[in-house]
Amino acid sequence: MRVVLAEDLFLLRDGLVRMLEAFDFEILAAVETGPELTKALAELEPDVAIVDVRLPPSHTDEGLQCALAARRARPGLPVLVLSQHVEQLYARELLADGTGGVGYLLKDRVFDAEQFIDAVRRVAGGGTAMDPQVIQQLLSRRSQDKPIAALTPREREVMELMAQGRSNVAIAGQLVVTERAVAKHTSNIFAKLGLPVSDDDNRRVLAVLAYLDRGRT
Amino acid sequence: MKEIDIRGAMVAAGRGLALALTAIVGSVTLFVLTVVSVALTTVGIGFLTTPSALAAVRAHANRRRLLAAKWSGIRIPPPYEPLPADVRGGLTGRVERTVLLLKKRATWRDLRWLLVDMTAGFAVAVAATWLIVFPVEGLALAAGLWRVFTDDPYWYAFVPVDSQLTGLYAFALGLVVLAAGLRYSPALVRAHFTLTRALIAPTQEEELARRIERLTESRHDAVDTSAAELRRIERDLHDGAQARLVAVGMDLGTVEALIEKNPAKAKELLGKARLSSAEALTELRDLVRGIHPPVLAERGLGDAVRALALRLPLESEVNVDLPGRAEAPVESAAYFAVSEALANVVKHANAERIWVDISYGEGMLRVAVTDNGSGGAAVGKGSGLSGLERRLGTFDGVLAVNSPVGGPTMVTMEIPCELS
Repeated sequence: MRVVLAEDLFLLRDGLVRMLEAFDFEILAAVETGPELTKALAELEPDVAIVDVRLPPSHTDEGLQCALAARRARPGLPVLVLSQHVEQLYARELLADGTGGVGYLLKDRVFDAEQFIDAVRRVAGGGTAMDPQVIQQLLSRRSQDKPIAALTPREREVMELMAQGRSNVAIAGQLVVTERAVAKHTSNIFAKLGLPVSDDDNRRVLAVLAYLDRGRT
Repeated sequence: MKEIDIRGAMVAAGRGLALALTAIVGSVTLFVLTVVSVALTTVGIGFLTTPSALAAVRAHANRRRLLAAKWSGIRIPPPYEPLPADVRGGLTGRVERTVLLLKKRATWRDLRWLLVDMTAGFAVAVAATWLIVFPVEGLALAAGLWRVFTDDPYWYAFVPVDSQLTGLYAFALGLVVLAAGLRYSPALVRAHFTLTRALIAPTQEEELARRIERLTESRHDAVDTSAAELRRIERDLHDGAQARLVAVGMDLGTVEALIEKNPAKAKELLGKARLSSAEALTELRDLVRGIHPPVLAERGLGDAVRALALRLPLESEVNVDLPGRAEAPVESAAYFAVSEALANVVKHANAERIWVDISYGEGMLRVAVTDNGSGGAAVGKGSGLSGLERRLGTFDGVLAVNSPVGGPTMVTMEIPCELS
C-alpha cells in the first residue's frame, strides 16, 4: 500500500516511516510542510495520506486544510489525520462530505502499532477511524438524551467501537464475544436510535455520527 | 417630516420644570452655602462646614449626572478621586479635608457649574416647559379670557389681546409656539445636560490621571496572575509529566535488566511504561490547553469557542461575526473569559441551552454569553465573575451581567482592540 506522510517533527516522521515500512507499506514521500504535502498528494496519487494537523510554514491547521483541499480535488482520497489533540470541530469537517475514507486520531494511538496500522488500512479501504476521545466526548454530551440513555452498557460499548469505525468482526474480537452477538447488539442499537439499518461499514459510522450530531449547528 | 412625539414633548416639559426647580433652588442654596463656608475658613469656622457643603455639592452634581444618563442618555463621568485613606478624623481631619478638597480643580469647576446652572441651565430647562405651557394661555385667551382685558390690552408675548379677533391671534401664536415646543422640548432638556457636561465632565487631565490609576491597578493584577500561573505550570510539570517520564525511564532500565532473566515480568513492565507515557502525554495535553488552547492557535477565537461549546454537556449555539483576528493576548483573554463564563453556566445556572455571540464593531470585541438558566448571578459576592472582570480589566475590557432571578442570564464582555 502506497503512503504519503506529512509530519514536521523529524523524530516522529522517522518513527512513522519505520513503523509503516515494518508493516510492508510503501512510503512514496515523507514531507514536512503544507505546500510539499499538497504537491505530493497531487503528483503521487497515494492509496492513503497520513497527515499531521499542524504543519509549517504557518504552524496552524495547515495539514488539515491541505488534506481537505486534496479531498475536494480528488473525492474519496483516503486521509488519516493525526494530531496532538483531537477536536470534534475538526472531526466534523473531515466527515462533512460523507464519502468516508477519513480518520482522525490522537498521535498517542501510534503507541499501539497494530491498532494504528489497522486504522490506516481501514481508512485506505474507504472506512473511518475516529479517535475514541472524539466519540466519548460526543457520547458524554449526549448522554442525557433519551435514546442513548436507553442503551445497555454493553450496547454503549459496541456503539463506541462502531462509531470509531470498527467492523463487527473487529468489535467481536475486542469485546471477546461472538460475531452473532455483536450483530444482535448493533441491530438493537439501530432500532433504539432510529437509524436505518445498513450493511456498509462506513455508512454505519456516518449514521451514528449524524445521530450524535443531531440538533447542532 | 419627522413624526411629532407628543408624549415625549410632555415628558420633556415636566422634566424641564423639575430641572429648573432643582437648578434655581438647589444650585442657588448650595452655591451660597459653599461660598459662605469657604469664605469663613479665613476665620476658622469654615473648616468645620466646608467638607459637608462640598459633599452636598457633589451629591447634587451626581444626581444631575444620573438624570442626564436616565433622561437624555448623556454620560457625564464623575471626576472625583477618593481622598487618601489616611486622612485623620476629628478637627485636624476636617482642616486637612478642606485643604485637600479646595486644592482639587473639580471642586472649583463644580462651583462654577452651580453659577451657570442657576442662570443659563435654569433658562434652558424652563424654556422646555414654557414652550408647552405658554400655548395653553393663548387657548384660554381665545376661549374667552380676553373679555377680562377689554379695557386695556393684555400682552400675550407681542400680541395685545382685547377682543375675540386678537384672542384668535394669540391662539395662532400659541399654536406656533406649541409646534416649536413639540419639536424642541426634548432637545432643550438635552441641551441642558450638554451644558452640564461641558462644565462638570472630567477634564482630559483628570481622565488621564484616572486611567493611569486604573492601569496601575490592572498591571498589578496581571503580574500577580501571571506569576501564579507560572508557578502552577511549573508544579504541574514537576509533579505530573516529569515524574511520569522518570518512571518510564526507570521501568525501561528494569526491563533491560530483566529481559533475559524474566521475559514475562519484562513484558509486564513494558506495558506499564507505555501506560505511564500515555498518561504523561494526556497531562501535557491538558496543560497546553490551559496555557494556550491548540484550536485557538490554529483557528482563532471563533472556532476555539465553537470547539469549546462542543465539549459542553448542554445544547449550545455559537454565532461568530469577526472580520479578522485580534492580537494573540486579546484573543487568549477573550477565550479564557468565555471559557470561565461557560464553566459558570454549567456549574451554577441549571441551564439547558447556551448562546454565544461574538462580534466586532467600533473598535470593540464583543462577546455575549446567554443561558436560559435560573438567573440571579452577580458580580462580586465572591463569584467567578469578579475574577473574569479582573481578567478583562488588564485589557481595558468591561463586563456586564444581566441576570434577574428566574433567568435568563446574559454576560456581556467588551474588549477594545484592533483586528487584523
